[in-house]
Amino acid sequence: MIVIENVNKTFGTKHVLKDISANLYKGKCNFIIGASGGGKSVLMKCMVGLVTPETGSITFDGRDFLKLNYKEKINVRKDIGMLFQNTALFDSLNVEENVAFPLRMFTDFTEEQIIERVNFCLGRVNLVNLNKLYPSNISGGQKKRVGIARAIALNPKYLFCDEPNSGLDPLTSRVIDELIKDITKEYNITTVINTHDMKSLFVMGENIVFIHQGAKWWEGEKAGIRSSGNKELLAFMEASEF
Amino acid sequence: MRFFQHFGEYLLFLKAVFTKPEKGKIFIKQIFTESNNIGVGSFAIISLISTFIGAVSTIQIGYQLVSGILPDYLIGRIVRDSNILEFAPTVTALVLAGKVGSNIASEIGTMKVTEQVDALEIMGINAANFTSLAKIVSGVITIPMLVLYAMMLSLVGGALSGWMSGIISVESFVKGLRTDFMGYNVVFALTKAYTFSFLITSVSAFQGFRTQGGALEVGESSTKAVVYSCMSIIFFDYIISQLMLFK
Repeated sequence: MIVIENVNKTFGTKHVLKDISANLYKGKCNFIIGASGGGKSVLMKCMVGLVTPETGSITFDGRDFLKLNYKEKINVRKDIGMLFQNTALFDSLNVEENVAFPLRMFTDFTEEQIIERVNFCLGRVNLVNLNKLYPSNISGGQKKRVGIARAIALNPKYLFCDEPNSGLDPLTSRVIDELIKDITKEYNITTVINTHDMKSLFVMGENIVFIHQGAKWWEGEKAGIRSSGNKELLAFMEASEF
Repeated sequence: MRFFQHFGEYLLFLKAVFTKPEKGKIFIKQIFTESNNIGVGSFAIISLISTFIGAVSTIQIGYQLVSGILPDYLIGRIVRDSNILEFAPTVTALVLAGKVGSNIASEIGTMKVTEQVDALEIMGINAANFTSLAKIVSGVITIPMLVLYAMMLSLVGGALSGWMSGIISVESFVKGLRTDFMGYNVVFALTKAYTFSFLITSVSAFQGFRTQGGALEVGESSTKAVVYSCMSIIFFDYIISQLMLFK
């Protein structure tokens, strides 16, 4: 479980995150939704440690990330898998090497064990016979799957997905959604998804955090969205044509 | 004021770079790969440039020493000293600032704008160390070797051009090369080579690492890497010459 408490972040004079608190639950697909520029990407960057908030706390199963020293932070980060909006695969490495990368860096596995684990992860995301291809030679959907395979290679406790469906066709988007949902349930991990895609939200969203103009405007289960009475949230849903 | 801010950022970057690599085996592999890219990859261009610089310097020195009063072999001696002291280390470094520096900056810059650097950080890897240390170490190993190679080839080029143009015979040129040879000059040249190689690789890696934006900014970083590397090479060329030649 990830607990966010009173997180504030400013860039220059712009107050990007305003006293945000939220709970992100284990074994659930936790969605952070909101308009572009609303602060949800910054919030996710704060959670994974790429941006440091001025105040507040972000606790990973009792470990306050912001109060940890460098080595302790690295230990938390080893429990984090992340799927980037643009996949962020290493373009000088092929598919197999990309998925093997965290294993080679952080485990003492033999080469056979690494390849076995890589093939398991690639099989889990339904990618076979692509091991030797480079990211530039595979499709956007395949890249996302490789990104997921790399993210789960070390059995993370927390999976962060930044716009997992961006740039994908609707069919591939649903496949990726199902994959993330299945992995979350199968490994009982805390999954945090940052998206605009309301279809994804209604397919697999469980816990929803709505960020508007840098502040949290609503938090709850998806069934409660329609009855939330929150004008901004309802306007956001209507604008999404869902 | 901005210069000091950038210089401070550069020092902090170096502090992050010079830490223990996460995995020694991977680091060693990176060093071999980067040494191949930087050293072997620059072999052809350095061969061409150093040969022609030696050739041109022989012709120009021959042109200036046509009085008939001074012995021929002096051409060989001046070509030797000017190439060892200045042309081989400095011109090689300037050429490599263009070739290797832009390559390093654009490679790391592209990793930065495509979130590959963020991916490393999130995995718990020191991205500055992982992306840059092997490049810096490989540069410091291979660039001085290229400078030694450039020294040798420039003298060969000088001898050939002197012989082909009839300015000086090979025997006289070799006599000049062997007259009053000072090993200290090679030490001086290698000191410059080690300094320049560190500057080229670290300044370029820093420029790549601070890239923000997209393709346009990667291009800008690459250009800045070359310009700042060249400026620092020229500056340190002066400093080292002052310190080592006039103690």
